[in-house]
Parts: sequence; structure tokens; C-alpha cells
Amino acid sequence: MPVTVRIPTQLRSLAGGDASVPVTGSTVGEVLKGLEAAHPGFQDRLFDDAGKLRRFVNIFVAEEDIRFLDGLDTPVADGATVSIVPAVAGG
Amino acid sequence: MPYVEGLRCRECGRSYPAEALHVCEWCFGPLEVVYDYEAIRANISRARIAAGPASMWRYADLLPARAEGAVSLGAGFTPLVRADRLAAELGLRELWIKNDTLNPTGSFKDRVVSVALTKAQELGFKVAACASTGNLANSVAAHAAHAGMESIVFIPADLEAGKVVTTAVFGGRLVAVEGHYDEVNRLCAELADEHPSWAFVNVNVRTYYAEGSKTLAFETAEQLGWAAPDHVVVPVASGSQLTKVDKGFHELWSVGLLDEEPHVRISGAQAAGCSPVATAFAAGRDVVKPVKPDTIAKSLAIGNPADGPYAIDAVRRSGGGFGSVTDEEIVEGIRLLARTEGIFAETAGGVTIASLVQLVDAGVVRPDEQVVALVTGNGLKTIEAVAPHCGPTATIAPTIEAFAQAVDLPSEL
Repeated sequence: MPVTVRIPTQLRSLAGGDASVPVTGSTVGEVLKGLEAAHPGFQDRLFDDAGKLRRFVNIFVAEEDIRFLDGLDTPVADGATVSIVPAVAGG
Repeated sequence: MPYVEGLRCRECGRSYPAEALHVCEWCFGPLEVVYDYEAIRANISRARIAAGPASMWRYADLLPARAEGAVSLGAGFTPLVRADRLAAELGLRELWIKNDTLNPTGSFKDRVVSVALTKAQELGFKVAACASTGNLANSVAAHAAHAGMESIVFIPADLEAGKVVTTAVFGGRLVAVEGHYDEVNRLCAELADEHPSWAFVNVNVRTYYAEGSKTLAFETAEQLGWAAPDHVVVPVASGSQLTKVDKGFHELWSVGLLDEEPHVRISGAQAAGCSPVATAFAAGRDVVKPVKPDTIAKSLAIGNPADGPYAIDAVRRSGGGFGSVTDEEIVEGIRLLARTEGIFAETAGGVTIASLVQLVDAGVVRPDEQVVALVTGNGLKTIEAVAPHCGPTATIAPTIEAFAQAVDLPSEL
């Protein structure tokens, strides 16, 4: 069963306008590689030149920020949802 | 408004039109409003500002929305109070409190919301929404009511009663989310994608919203006789306010309103139970690792602060520091300010005052400086914090004898 990646508005043009994309992979890193393979262009937008996630990109697995988990090595279960969310100011 | 040229990404510099955009489509960096400072410089003057309204809109030339027809309940131009008694307790020569508890809904959020909803109306939005730790909720609901807009406000379910009631009374939709603020915020970031016809003040109109905080710096300088102070202590949640206060002083200089170039040291104030920015600063990092908040200062309980890196940059560049204070110190900070200056602040104000104490002790805030502390929310919103410590001196029968017996008076009274 594939993983569902939720795509923010800013990146939907890369995925043909879709709000979510099914991808396979067992870690966040693999899922994002799978996303790049299916829809080239995500890599450049999500990662900086050094290959690190850009600092205003937040990734969540089942509503948990991966910085509280194992970052790109965070395991992703079959059928889970991975969300890409831009950082948002507070209130 | 006539001076806005567009938006620009703070990270990669890409340009965008002045629409409802908040992050760079390329790198997700936050967008900043770009002004034509030469044109502003040619038109703005102290006299022009003095002739304006007694509100934040007197600085409309430096805001990204039109003053005519602004959504305003009169936010801003709050008192700058000389705090000699608190200064004496702390060993400071000159201390001022920017008393932003006196805004229409009791916090500085009225400044940012007034800009956000004014711009939202210009852009044609009919619905105002936000994720909030409380103060923003109050302000969005009130300003939307005033403007005849629908409001949809999302808050963590465990918020103080004083912030829930004071939002719900304005009659919009108030949704309590089972989770902490960062979860509410993530939900709203995703909801904003689903509902592009809503103006989420801290999401798709955040670029304009954040600019409202500059007026804290503008007013402080004007109230000090058009001079920037030596040191400002600012509470830090997302880091936006601190970043904009720093920007505000520099803008005043760049448009010719100050006689001397400002060198304002900016220090940040966080609660120890949610201090990701202070922690990164202390470690010499500019990457802010998120935390799970656990503090009574719920209005500052943002564990994943979007503007944290910029706040660290402003503090480091200006030679300031960070305070990080416990819940006990926050309560003591609230009581110290109330006892010495007659100003009742909410928990965020307690964080600011307690951090000021800590920064004085650490030698970061120096005794010879002219210091301004930003007290940005009203204590009536968070009476839970001090209620266990504050009550009647005595409860007595209505007789002179009962009073004499119950209340131990010193001889001079």
C-alpha cells in the first residue's frame, strides 16, 4: 500500500495540480526520492545545494514533525500520510 | 500603501507581486514587503506623522495597506511609561515600559490584525481566519466583527478561559483543536490550501500582518522624542515581533526621521518551558530545533518558531541576548511589574520582565542604558497565572473592630 504525500499549493504545479500523490518508500527520505522520481523538480525545491532540507520546509509523518522523530530516516508505515508544509508565523 | 513595490523572498531574493502570498514558491522562505524608501523619504515627516491619527495608522506611509478605510479599532499609540520604581529595583538608570496591554483587545496583536484585515479587504477577502495562542484569536474575532467579515478562529483546546470567552463573544466561529499550538498551526497551513478564499492572517496574509509590529518601534522612537533607545527587550514566540521591531528602527533612520543612526540592542524573552530560540542562540546555532511547549506563558508557546532564525540574527547582530525564565519567575515578573508600576501584564509580559531581570543580572542589559521593555498583553486575560498568589488581605465583618483586628497596619498608615 503506497504512502500518501500531501502537497502544499506552492508545489502542486510539479504534481500536475494534485493535492496529494501516492508514493512508495519506507522512510521519509525514500518517500521524497520516490516523489522526485514520479514528479521531477521536488528535490530542488525541498533541499538546498548541500542536500539538506531547506530550513522553512516542515515535513510531518502522521501529524508529527520529523524533527521530533528521526528526520529523513523516520520510518513511514504503509498507508501513512506524509505532509509537506511551509513554516507559518505565530499568533 | 502607495509605496509598496512588491514582495521579495528573504532567503533567495525572488520577487513576487503584492498579493496574498506568504512563502516563496521556490524555497518556502518568508516573503517581505518591498517599499520605495526614496519616495517615502521624500514625503514623510515628523509633522505629517504628528498630524495623523492617535493610532498606529499615523505611520501608514511605512505600512503595506491603505489608511483610508482601514479596519481599525484604534490599535497603537499606546503609552510609553517611564518606570522609575522598577528601574530602581533593578539598578537601571532609565527604564520605559511600552504598555501595549492598552490596545482594543488587550494585546499588541491588534496592530498586526489591523494591517492584515485592511490588506485582506483590499484584496477582496470576506473571511478572516487564524491559528492562535489566544491574543490573535481575540483580535481577529473583534476586528472581523467591526469590519463585517466572517471569522474562523482556531485555538488549542487547553487555552485560558479568559481568552476563549473574549474571542467567542464577538460571534464568529471559534474552533478548539485538541492539540498544542504547533498542531493547530499545521492544521491551518493545510486548511489555508483547501480554502483559498479565506484570509488566514498568519498564513496567506502573514507578509502584511507581520509589518504591523514595526509600529512598536516607530511609536517608541517618536515617544522618546524621535530617538531610538539603547536596548529593547522583546517577548519571543514565532520571533516575528522581535524581527520587525529591529526593522522598524532601521526604517525610521532610512527615511530620515531620526537625527542619529540607531544602534538599538535587541534582546529576546522566552519561557524556559518553550525556549527553542533562546536555546539555539545560546548554542551559537541559527537552526532552531522545535520543542514541545510546557509553560504557563501560552501566548508564547510556539515550539516551532517560523521567524526564529531571523530573531537570532537580529539579537546577535545588535549585541543583545536572550532571557529564558521559569514559570515561577514569570509569575514573579507579573507581580513585580504590577507592584512597582501599576501595570498588570499577562504571562508574556511576565516573561519579558523576568527576562529583563535575568539580563540585568547577566550584565547583558547594562545599568547605564536607556532600556525599553515591551509589555504586550493584558493581565486580565491570564488571571489563572497569579490567582493563587493574589487575594484579599482579609475578609471581615463590616465593623471598625473587625478591620482593626484583621489588618495589621504599619504606624505611618
